[in-house]
Amino acid sequence: MSTEQSIEDVAREMYDTKGVMKPKFQVDSGLTPEIISMISDEKHEPDWMREFRQKSLEIYNSTALPDWGPSLDGLDMANIVTYVRPNSKMETSWEDVPDEIKNTFERLGIPEAERTGLAGVGAQYDSEVVYHSVKKEVADLGVVYTDMDTALKGEYGDLVREKFMQILRTTEHKFMALHGAVWSGGSFVYVPEGVEVSIPLQSYFRFNAAGAGQFEHTLIIVEKNASLHFIEGCSAPKYNVANIHAGCVELYVGEGARLRYSTIENWSKNMYNLNSKRAVVEKNGIIEWVSGSFGSHTGCLYPMSVLRGEGARMDYTGITFAGAGQDLDTGAQVIHAAPNTSSRISAKSISKDGGLSTFRGGITVNKDAKGCKVSVSCDSLMLDSISRSDTVPVLDVRGDDVDIGYEAKIGRISEQAIYYLMSRGISEADAKAMIVNGFAEPISKELPLEYAVEMNNLISLEMKGNT
Amino acid sequence: MSILLEIKNLSVAVGEKLILRDLDLKIPVGETHVLMGQNGTGKSTLASAIMGSPAYTVTNGEILFEGEKIIEESPDKRAKRGIFLSFQNPEEVPGITLENFLRTAKGAVADEKPRLMQFKKDIRAQMEQLGIGEAYAGRELNVGFSGGEKKKSEILQLLMLNPKLAILDEADSGLDVDAIKVVSEGVNRFRNEGNSLLIITHNPKLLEDIKVDRVHVLSGKKIGFEGGAELIGQIAESGFAVLEGK
Repeated sequence: MSTEQSIEDVAREMYDTKGVMKPKFQVDSGLTPEIISMISDEKHEPDWMREFRQKSLEIYNSTALPDWGPSLDGLDMANIVTYVRPNSKMETSWEDVPDEIKNTFERLGIPEAERTGLAGVGAQYDSEVVYHSVKKEVADLGVVYTDMDTALKGEYGDLVREKFMQILRTTEHKFMALHGAVWSGGSFVYVPEGVEVSIPLQSYFRFNAAGAGQFEHTLIIVEKNASLHFIEGCSAPKYNVANIHAGCVELYVGEGARLRYSTIENWSKNMYNLNSKRAVVEKNGIIEWVSGSFGSHTGCLYPMSVLRGEGARMDYTGITFAGAGQDLDTGAQVIHAAPNTSSRISAKSISKDGGLSTFRGGITVNKDAKGCKVSVSCDSLMLDSISRSDTVPVLDVRGDDVDIGYEAKIGRISEQAIYYLMSRGISEADAKAMIVNGFAEPISKELPLEYAVEMNNLISLEMKGNT
Repeated sequence: MSILLEIKNLSVAVGEKLILRDLDLKIPVGETHVLMGQNGTGKSTLASAIMGSPAYTVTNGEILFEGEKIIEESPDKRAKRGIFLSFQNPEEVPGITLENFLRTAKGAVADEKPRLMQFKKDIRAQMEQLGIGEAYAGRELNVGFSGGEKKKSEILQLLMLNPKLAILDEADSGLDVDAIKVVSEGVNRFRNEGNSLLIITHNPKLLEDIKVDRVHVLSGKKIGFEGGAELIGQIAESGFAVLEGK
């Protein structure tokens, strides 16, 4: 790696350039049945979804805020605009996307990545998807990759209805209910039995509006013996008012299927990122999560894997970087619901300038799930004495035939190592960036290359204090 | 003969404890000096103070490098001037390979990042001469290296960075006879008329094949005795007591 070079390669403007184009339509701030109804009207939705939204709003209104985790005091839903339609239709060619929006994605390198190494791309701007495309040879295999609105109303409407918010229930907590009421955008992926998609699909979520919310829904179904790598990227320019992101990701991994879900989240530091992700894995299926969390003012993100079939596996590799003013509460949850299932969690966190990072490992092993293997390792690095790092293990093991390993390490960056690198001519900031990048290396090597580079760049930027 | 390093009236403390007091030392360009002394007399302290370790405080005196004061400078600035310290116990830095680290370091001291292919060629050639397996270039810096591998890695860094002043802090401790020979050969490859060495060691074995110009012995918080290369043999034979009469 080369921190010097990274600094030249990346400029913060890539994330911070704000779009000035007026949205085509947006609802008033706050949450009322009328506002929810306007979203349905705008989308010409089927009745079942109209009803689903209204019901979700009722649940939202009658559900209390979570009594644990980071403070959400700075978030007032009365001030949030939940739906912002950009001045663009859903296009399948970048040529047809309005210049300003297209340029935003160009700066983020999305069309370039699409040309060089992706099987398909979806791009969402505020509340709606503005671009979706999948390579012909992948579509010819029967792979469906489209935006949720299209999926809801098209050929796969019944399948969407059957699966939508079934593994993430609106009754589970307030923000899932909120999502059910105001969700918009996101991607639908269907990989038929036995189809192996050899190069990844990627959806990128760009959030441009101030004082608004993004609530995309991602639904992925990977059938028996099929495989897929799905990449999700997110970013937003910084504003002085609170924004909220409460997306939902529902993943169905069939028997013997394999799904890798990679995320690099770089929301701006006025964002409340209250995201929910869950996978249900059938017999001998594999779910792999790779997750990098850098942005947001406050983050709550605990992807859950339900290992429902015998021999199912889950693998979680994640890193969190909390800087000044950030409270990033992340984790991974797994439910071993069948015998001989296994899970491996490898989490790292970095905190700096008073940042707070918390990792919650939630492991449940059901009584009849014999022969399960669980391995959890958490490693935290604090860069100064004012930052904090917490690890919260929650283990609920009801069977007696389980092999569990749990290991947590929390440490301060080594002054001696900084001095050693400096004695070789490397500046203090570069020495720290090198050590932190080295700490993150086991995670970054799991990320797709361009994201690994982006992560190194983000770390270097953070270390230079150029936030 | 121009002076590369000049230390005047140097006092160094760790916390409240004074380790060196009013120490003077001069190393001319092109010379190899040896620093000896009993355990705990402050040899590593002196090396660390020259490199600029934040763990030590200079309470008095001056360090001049090529005539310029360097005490206020951070270690990376001193490295860019051409000062190098081979660490007794180099730190392990996970996640960064020896090769990438050295290329970054070379770019930092030379103000220009070396070209990748040439650099790979150079580092491979040096590694071969030091008897370091090729795979080590891709290993994480010092992570899981044995004592001997760490010492060789330090000498590799010395040869690749090619400084003006090399301070070797017990570059031979814990090494077997063959490894000591590799280190002394490496030192001889580095050495030329334009650079200087300060070698801290207990071991006359390391110095057998190295031409030494001057020997300094630390005692009583300063350079207590000085002499030519003959001191090495005398101390090895009779211990530091041999100096008492001088």
